Amino acid sequence: MAILRNKLRPFSAGCYFGLTGFVVLAACLSYGQTKNTCLDCHSALPDPLGVSQEKFSQDIHSQKGLTCASCHGGDPTSDDPDKAMSRKAGWKGKIDHKQVPQLCGKCHSDPAYIRQFNPSLRTDQLSQYPTSVHGKRLAAGDTKVAVCTDCHSVHDIRAPSDPRSTVNPVNVADTCARCHADAVYMKGYSIPTDQFAKYSTSVHHQALTVRGDLSAPTCTTCHGNHGAAPPGVDKVQNVCSNCHTFQDQMYEKSSHKKAFEAASLPGCVVCHSNHGIGHPTDAKLGTGPDGVCMRCHAPGDKCDQARASLESSLGQLDGAIKSADQVLGVAESSGMEVSEARLGQDQARDSLTKARVTIHSFRKDLVDQDIQAGLKIANKDLQAGDEAMIERNHRRIGLGISLIAVGIVMAGLRLYVKKIES
Amino acid sequence: MSPLRNVRSWLDERFGWDELAAPLRKKTVPLHRLSYWYFLGGITLFLFGIQVATGILLLLYYRPGASEAFESVQYIMTQVQFGWLIRSIHSWSANLMIFTAFAHMFSVLFLKAYRKPRELTWVSGVILLFLVMGFGFSGYLLPWNTLAFFATKVGTEITGQVPLVGKPMMILLRGGEEVTGATLTRFFGFHVAVLPLLATVLILLHVLLVQRLGMSVPPKLEVQWTANPSAKREMKFFPNFMLREMMAWYAALGVLGVLAAVFPWNLGVKADPFVAAPAGIKPEWYFLFMFQTLKLIPSKVWFIDGDVLGVLVFGLVGLLWILLPFFESDQPSHTKRWITGFAAFALAYMAGMSVYGYLAK
Repeated sequence: MAILRNKLRPFSAGCYFGLTGFVVLAACLSYGQTKNTCLDCHSALPDPLGVSQEKFSQDIHSQKGLTCASCHGGDPTSDDPDKAMSRKAGWKGKIDHKQVPQLCGKCHSDPAYIRQFNPSLRTDQLSQYPTSVHGKRLAAGDTKVAVCTDCHSVHDIRAPSDPRSTVNPVNVADTCARCHADAVYMKGYSIPTDQFAKYSTSVHHQALTVRGDLSAPTCTTCHGNHGAAPPGVDKVQNVCSNCHTFQDQMYEKSSHKKAFEAASLPGCVVCHSNHGIGHPTDAKLGTGPDGVCMRCHAPGDKCDQARASLESSLGQLDGAIKSADQVLGVAESSGMEVSEARLGQDQARDSLTKARVTIHSFRKDLVDQDIQAGLKIANKDLQAGDEAMIERNHRRIGLGISLIAVGIVMAGLRLYVKKIES
Repeated sequence: MSPLRNVRSWLDERFGWDELAAPLRKKTVPLHRLSYWYFLGGITLFLFGIQVATGILLLLYYRPGASEAFESVQYIMTQVQFGWLIRSIHSWSANLMIFTAFAHMFSVLFLKAYRKPRELTWVSGVILLFLVMGFGFSGYLLPWNTLAFFATKVGTEITGQVPLVGKPMMILLRGGEEVTGATLTRFFGFHVAVLPLLATVLILLHVLLVQRLGMSVPPKLEVQWTANPSAKREMKFFPNFMLREMMAWYAALGVLGVLAAVFPWNLGVKADPFVAAPAGIKPEWYFLFMFQTLKLIPSKVWFIDGDVLGVLVFGLVGLLWILLPFFESDQPSHTKRWITGFAAFALAYMAGMSVYGYLAK
């Protein structure tokens, strides 16, 4: 029986139990965590050697469990700086600017490795980079060009979908502009530095930043990011058709296509410009300061006559829609039910938009098809508005007659009351 | 003998017409400087008649159901001969009727016409006012436009705040958890069958009580006329008062005509349950004071949910309102001043909150 008796005192038993619990808890907390002593010192160092814990914790690599040693090597488990940063432990120190693409590519070009973290992430960045101007110049020894960390930042790299990321669509233009808008930095490259200033005034920039349309183009949409151009595009000037498909189909049918190619003119850019592209208006077809046709064509020639005819057709439909809108607006504010005609106006506006797209064919017969369809609807809506106004006037006349009748009956009643009471 | 007299004599021989009509001939209306307030009940009744007539005409074309209601009202407004006029008169008359019903109630309150023996006339009248508001609430949804859809959503949600019975009541009103086509069908049923039946019974009772008990006179005048019966002045109900009442009806008809022709009732945009509620959505003007009050109550008052508290307070005030005559003195010379003060406060509160709600964003 004595062997079964617990000979430990309750206090000692409590101490052992508590100690065991502490050890188990500490083991659980430290499970999966790798010791990283680098930040102990570097968080206290000034720039460029300083990396705060807070900054590094924002980095997507840190969030996925990577540490300083994943890029810089060394032994982050050692508290001794000499051991932690010893060449023997594989410490690389500061990564040479030229070596950055290779270092990043080591993981980012390995599909098997990347799949563990994000199966949808591309792994062709390293193979694409040498085809870009940046990559070619780096290979030629120019270390001023952008490598991965120049665009994606370093030690606080965020996913591109993160609005705070330097490569988020809304921030890309600012990131590119850091170098490309710096005239001093770009000196010697013989390329303009006003792209960002122009882009900031463009319809694309407005769509992206004001309307919040993340599909609106920024620098990389046309110029590519890691590679020289977006996939499937041989020249930057042809990139517009990626989004503006119908305009491109019409342009393919036009006489300008051949003429521009023969003169080595850059397609869409000839009329619409590139970085500073504004909202296109019908004035582009005109002869005023916004007109573009007369830059190449002579007044009165065959093409000028065609231009005038197209401009007049667009103006005619635009005017018809506005007239119908005005009459329908008055009718509506008078309480008339014109919602069907209002719906028709949307269709007329669609026809006008379609005609403005078809303009890129520069073929009057095609444009006229859309114009006539729109005019038919707009005229019908105008007629509906006019009829509503006539109806409104009839109602008011009817009201007047009714009020006179009501007034006569009331006066009659009053007289009758007077008569019977006198 | 004129044809009219022939008919009268024919009826008298069979039903004793003259005997039936005798009380009407004997009926009188007190004549004093506030007599014109007596017209309001009659005008409300006239507008109710307009509602019934135009409502029946609308029924010829209206189709309840989420996929047809809006289109059928649009058809009435654009294709049916004078459909726009009938619908506009129905909508404007509904609003005018609610306004005159409120005005009638407050005139009765300030003239203290609810006193003994007219307590039941008051009770039936206040219930009628609630029914009229129910007509407004149920009818508002029937065109199935965006504003109506969201107003009904908010309104039925408020009903759901009532403790214990709120949720089942909300589901009963909506015909499910959400406002759908089933809600529209239900509201149509309430609007054209349940409420008219209840309202007709109550109107008959109300009018019968008015006929039986006669018109009330303000307490001060009653005291004077009791002390000096020779000072009492009155007018025959038929034809003298009736003809004047008809003049008021014609005036109401003229106002309705102007409103319907110059400001035809808007149809709006078809309801889409999948879009967000329009910003700054508000209920009809007669619910605005309650809506604004609920908006101003903090989300938690002590441990009670703000909305629940608001609904409970309105419920309690509504009940007290119905029972108001039972707090009044039997003697015209000792009427309770606090009731008049309470009525004045209620009127000022309702008007002030409505204006605030209208102006608030």
